[in-house]
This record gives sequence, C-alpha cells and structure tokens, in this order.
Amino acid sequence: MHITGTQLNYFFVCKRKLWLFANHIQCEQESDLVLQGKIMHENSYSYEKKEYEFEGIKVDWLDLNNKVIHEVKKSDKVEEAHLWQLKYYLYYFRKNNIGEFTGEINYPKLRKKEQVMLTDDDVVYIEKIIDEIEVVKNLPFAPKVEKPMKICKKCSYNDLCWV
Amino acid sequence: MKRMYYIFTPGKLKRKENTVFYVPFKNVEPQDDENLQNEVLLSVDSDMAESLPTNKIVLPVQDIDSFYIMTEASFNTKFLDFCSANKIPIHFFNYYGFYSGTYYPKEYLLSGSLLVNQVKHYSSISKRLEIARKFIEGAAFNLSKNLKYYNTRNKDLQAQIDTMEGLAMDIPSATSIEQLMGIEGNIRKVYYTGFEEILGKEFELISRKYNPPSNPLNALISFSNMMVYTTVLSEIYRTQLNPTISFLHEPGDRRFSLALDIAEIFKPLFADRLIFKMINNRQIQTKDFESRLNGYYLKDTARKAFVQEYDEKLKTTIKHRKLQKEISYRRIIRLECYKLIKHLIGDTEYEPFKIWW
Ligand code: SF4
Repeated sequence: MHITGTQLNYFFVCKRKLWLFANHIQCEQESDLVLQGKIMHENSYSYEKKEYEFEGIKVDWLDLNNKVIHEVKKSDKVEEAHLWQLKYYLYYFRKNNIGEFTGEINYPKLRKKEQVMLTDDDVVYIEKIIDEIEVVKNLPFAPKVEKPMKICKKCSYNDLCWV
Repeated sequence: MKRMYYIFTPGKLKRKENTVFYVPFKNVEPQDDENLQNEVLLSVDSDMAESLPTNKIVLPVQDIDSFYIMTEASFNTKFLDFCSANKIPIHFFNYYGFYSGTYYPKEYLLSGSLLVNQVKHYSSISKRLEIARKFIEGAAFNLSKNLKYYNTRNKDLQAQIDTMEGLAMDIPSATSIEQLMGIEGNIRKVYYTGFEEILGKEFELISRKYNPPSNPLNALISFSNMMVYTTVLSEIYRTQLNPTISFLHEPGDRRFSLALDIAEIFKPLFADRLIFKMINNRQIQTKDFESRLNGYYLKDTARKAFVQEYDEKLKTTIKHRKLQKEISYRRIIRLECYKLIKHLIGDTEYEPFKIWW
C-alpha cells in the first residue's frame, strides 16, 4: 500500500492520529481555532498554483528545471515531521524514477532557506518507517494515548479523542 | 458559525452563484425588509443574511448548515444540486407542523471500516443490546433529571422520580430490545404523569397517540421531538456514522433510525424543557392550538416561537467538563456521535450523555 506524505507526517506527530486518518475517521472542531486554520489554509493557496500532487504526495512548489522540491514554512520552527516529510518526497521521487531531487525549506517571512539532502542512512530509516506505518494503519484498534498531550489542543481529533 | 435557516414564509429558493436567494411569493403581503428578515429566517442571528431592497434575502453558502422548510416553498433541481454540493440537508415540515421528510445529500464522510463495525454491532444481539441499553439509560437519566429540576422548584414529583428510578433498575438486566422498549415506555408513562404537576391546569395529557396527535400538548410534543430528530440527523450527517443502522430502534422504523436512537437521549433536554418553560411562561397557550378534523395542531405563530427558543437553546454554550472548554448545546449531540464512533471501532466504551448541570 502506498503511503502519503500526510500519513508520514502523522506517524511522527501521533500514531493514533495516523490510525484514525488512515481509517477515514474525521472529526471537526467547533472552536474558532479550526475555523481560522481553515481560512489560513485557504489563503495559503497562493502557492497552490505551483502545487504538485499525485498519489497523495503533495508538494508545495516543484522546481523542475533545477530539480528542487520546495517546502514553504511560516515559522522558523521545523518539526521533525516536516523534515521527514520532505525527505520522504525525495525518496519517493528517486524510487519512482522521477529523478534525483534535492529539498529546500523556505521561510519567506525570515527570508531564509535551508537545503535538505537524502543520505543513504535516511533511505534506510525511511524504509523502516514505511514498514512501521503499515503496521500502525493495520492495527485492529486505534493506538491509545493515555492523557492529552500538548499537541492535542491543536489537533482536529481533539474532541473525538478526549470527549 | 454555520446556522440552521428556518423558512416560514412561502417563497422560492434559488441558487445564485455562491449564495441562496430567498424570494417570497408575490401573493404574500408586501413586507418591509426588516419584517421579512424576521418572518423568513427565524435563525436568531440572521444578521448574516444580507437583505436586499427588493424583498429578497441572500444567504452566503458558507453560512448555511441546513434548511428547515416549514411552509410552501418552491425550488428546482439546480437548487438541490447546489445543496448537495455544499452538504446542506433540508428538512421539510408540512403546514400543520408534521415532519414530512429530509433531503439528505449524498454522504461525503465514508469510512469502510466504521461501516463494517456499525453493521457488526447491529447484527450481534449482545453488542446491539449493550448500545441500546446505554441509550435507554441516558434517556431515563435525563427524564428523571427534568422532574428533579422541578421537584426542587415547588412541585411535588418525588413519587414519579422514585417510580422511574425503580423502573430504570431493570435496564442492565434486560435481555431483549422489546424488553428495553417496554421499560422505556413505562418510564415515559410515569414521566408524563408529571407533566400535569409541572404545567398546572393549562394542559392535561390524556393519552399519547400519534398522527394526528389527540390533544394540544401531544401536538407540541410531536413537533418538538421531530425538531430534535432532525437536528440529530444533521449532526450524524457530519460524521462517518451511517444514519440507517440503528441499535435501539429497528432499522426501517424510520429511514434514519439511528437519529431516532440518539434523539431519545436529547429529547428531555431540548424538547421537554422548552415545552415546560414556554407553557409556564405562557409563551404558548391554549389559543395557540387549532382543532382540526381529527386532532389538534400547533398554529404556525406558536411553532415559530418554539423554533426561535429552540434555536437559542442549541446555541447556548456551556463548559464541557472533560474537554475543559466552552461548547454549544448543539455540539453535545455531535460529541455523542463521536463517542458512539469510538465505541464502534473498539476504542472506548460508549457512555450516554447525562445532563450534568
Ligand atoms: S487529539 Fe491528540 S491523541 Fe488524538 S489524534 Fe490528535 S494528537 Fe493524537
């Protein structure tokens, strides 16, 4: 089965979230937070003209001439999840003979950018993660999380998980 | 926040680009815009609907949760397509306030694994009973909670409360759906005898018969129950639950029998409490009912008044103890759906909503 960038991202964020998402269970928040989140997302479509999507791999901005996959970040904080998501795309492009790409994380607000390469160790790690994601997705029940974590507050599954 | 739009003035609904136009029929007396706003859209914050000088109301699509058509309205298939595309259910009530049906757009949230689990919980009698029991347990709790509320307010309902709680003790040991339904029926019978005490002389509940209701109070109860049913249905629509697979009611009792199941828990809070309040405040009186060939009907002015209160009620917010945040009363219904989903996927055992305040 194919792994999407979002699934890979959720694997790092929360395995329960990955399971729910992979099993097509959704939850909407009532709070304004999500409403704002949605609006922000819709606004960020200014990038979408260049957005590239296939088989659940969604790339912010693909530079085919220089073979660079760009990720655009609002804040300077790059979470592990985002970094691996980008590396996964590099891996995916290589595996599917789309080409050897490099990654670049752009911080338009800070006028800063950062290069991301795919090392041999990364490839080994990603393949291990892919196997683990398959295991989580196919668990008969959603993995349990004992008590709310910090990230739960912003997670769209908050109400479902903690009601 | 999205809202429900209740249409009480006959007219035409039209799609116009990304909005819905509401144009009253010509034979309706001319009204100024402000009146029209009040007449047509009983959603209380209808200020979002921008009114035009030409007796038209424009509703932005992102603002519409669902429609309630309480009168004659016309629209074409283009309008229905538009509602489908924008995931807007439409509930229809006829002239006398009887629910006639729901336009339930194509489901957009589907989860194969949840559906399989929902069916499994229906077809295994022990799993089905487990859920059905919880629905009755929640309903029974909320029914006696209502009586307790009045019991502390100069009404003597202790006898009813004791009897109801006695009857509820049999819920855990019930071994069939019929038995559970029987317990619920008995609890409700006792509960209705409390109405007289709560409402005083104004109304007397003689017997509870359906279609047409045999006395004024029954007309009001039926109408309010259908409001709760349709609200629950709209909330189910926003989840992956399949509305036709139910546990307490037999699938097929009504098309969307899961909404009947869940509505049992919420009728005491959303329907009955409002009825008590409105009758006691004389917002609804005997003159608000009309007798027809074979029963009584709630006049549309009173229906409007009820719907207005109902909408207010759903928007009321309360602090949720577990989630530690403010949520609307309406949201409690959605949370109930989420709890049921968690039960069905084997995550967390379902516990019914019990009025906690
Ligand atoms: S709310 Fe928390 S536990 Fe639930 S899916 Fe989100 S992050 Fe995971």
